Amino acid sequence: MERSSARLWRKIRARYNLVGNECQSCKSEYFPPRPICKKCGKKTEMAVKKFAGNGEVYSFTKIRVPPDTFREEAPYYVGVIKLEEGPMVEGHILDDGREIKIGTKVRAAFRRMYVEGDEGLIHYQFKFEPI
Amino acid sequence: MRDVAIVGVGLTKFGERWEAGLKELMSEAWLSAMEDANISRDDVDMLFAGTMASGRFTGQEHVAALIADQLGFSNVPAVRVENACASGGTALRQGYITVASGIHDIVVVGGVEKMTDVTSAEASTALGGAGDQEWELFQGITFPGLYAMMAKRHMHDFGTTEEQMAAVSVKNHENATKNPYAQFRKKMTISDIMESKMVADPLKLLDCSPLSDGAAALVLAPLEIARKLNDTPIKILASTHATDTLRLAERETLTGVKAARIAGEAAFRHAKLTPKDINVAEVHDCFTIAEIMAMEDLGFYKKGEAAKAIAAGETALNSKLSVITSGGLKGCGHPVGATGVKQAVEITWQLRGEAKDRQVTKADIGLTHNVGGSGSTAVVHIFGRTN
Ligand SMILES: [Zn+2]
Repeated sequence: MERSSARLWRKIRARYNLVGNECQSCKSEYFPPRPICKKCGKKTEMAVKKFAGNGEVYSFTKIRVPPDTFREEAPYYVGVIKLEEGPMVEGHILDDGREIKIGTKVRAAFRRMYVEGDEGLIHYQFKFEPI
Repeated sequence: MRDVAIVGVGLTKFGERWEAGLKELMSEAWLSAMEDANISRDDVDMLFAGTMASGRFTGQEHVAALIADQLGFSNVPAVRVENACASGGTALRQGYITVASGIHDIVVVGGVEKMTDVTSAEASTALGGAGDQEWELFQGITFPGLYAMMAKRHMHDFGTTEEQMAAVSVKNHENATKNPYAQFRKKMTISDIMESKMVADPLKLLDCSPLSDGAAALVLAPLEIARKLNDTPIKILASTHATDTLRLAERETLTGVKAARIAGEAAFRHAKLTPKDINVAEVHDCFTIAEIMAMEDLGFYKKGEAAKAIAAGETALNSKLSVITSGGLKGCGHPVGATGVKQAVEITWQLRGEAKDRQVTKADIGLTHNVGGSGSTAVVHIFGRTN
């Protein structure tokens, strides 16, 4: 389904730079950013927080039946990554031929995600690469 | 608050129903439920219709007014309920609340999904909308992919094996052979499951529920009216509901569904019962690992112990606890919006003693467990006989 590219641009800061936020009251960190601190449960000051991108694989799978948008990439690894700062994020894990396991150390790297539509709108985002 | 009972149930055959569209499926289920309850359209005060993605699957929205129209009683209030794969269970709970509150007496609750008119890639994208569109589907993480990551971690933490997961599928396919409404009525073996195509490691095709068409409906009434309509009203002893994050990564745990644990504990508390009191249960086996987690989340087994017990046959038909006598999402089929209602239809048949070849010998108390997304919504109901 064709949708406006605005939905891509509005997420670029978080998607390109692994930017989330941090509650200034209880120091809980969130990625993607949250409008309100889940732990405090009320309005507190939420500051921008950039994550370093280092973490380890908490769980993973290899997708062999992809959605249409990822037809050309399949099969590919995706995982839940535990960032060293604490939050868990989901994303692609680059396949360099090495075996992926729970506990494998990874770091975020900026990569192409997929190409969309006739005009070839290219989506970029961080992916995780095994260290 | 009034006591609420189920006084009529209706179900369509599940499967690839190429001859039936959304309207035909809904009419078939709603009409049989009303006939079973021995009521006419003039008795009905309100309708609820659960569907996850009728617009995406068929182009048709506004399905609650549509079913009222189809049944020839436009003018009654009718509400569509959407909570991903828990749309049906949630619709039942909204019906329960409506009757219990005293606002309406006779309420017909149904669920429907017509999934096979689109390609399986399109259906898979539609189902992916049950997760976080921007942070899961966008990453290429499919719905089986989410449960696969839960399964991987469950295997890592508790030593759960792929063969134990396969045993869940074997059990549910076995029960489905006894259910005339089931999509699949063929026995499967552990090696059939293990040798089926890998979808998202460790989940194979036969660990996953299929794409299905189907509808289910039931009629609710206050208990005092129910006794006049029906010799065997089934009382709703508890109706509970909880939510959790849309994103799997933000959950407290990946090896269970916290929302189901919360809804389950509340249901047992409200019904003043414990897991030991349940004779028959329909839990949400969208993937084999989901049934294993459900049995732990609901307190039937300690964390990490359900897989072994299921593989040992403890939850087979007429064993210690009969789980998924219908064949479940796996064997009977999973028209997503219909599933939560269909679970309650099966329990009603069991408690009335009308489940024929798959009848549980002692069926006094039953439970349903319906999950949306990878665990963002969970709805639990407990039912009891009244005679
Ligand atoms: Zn806070």
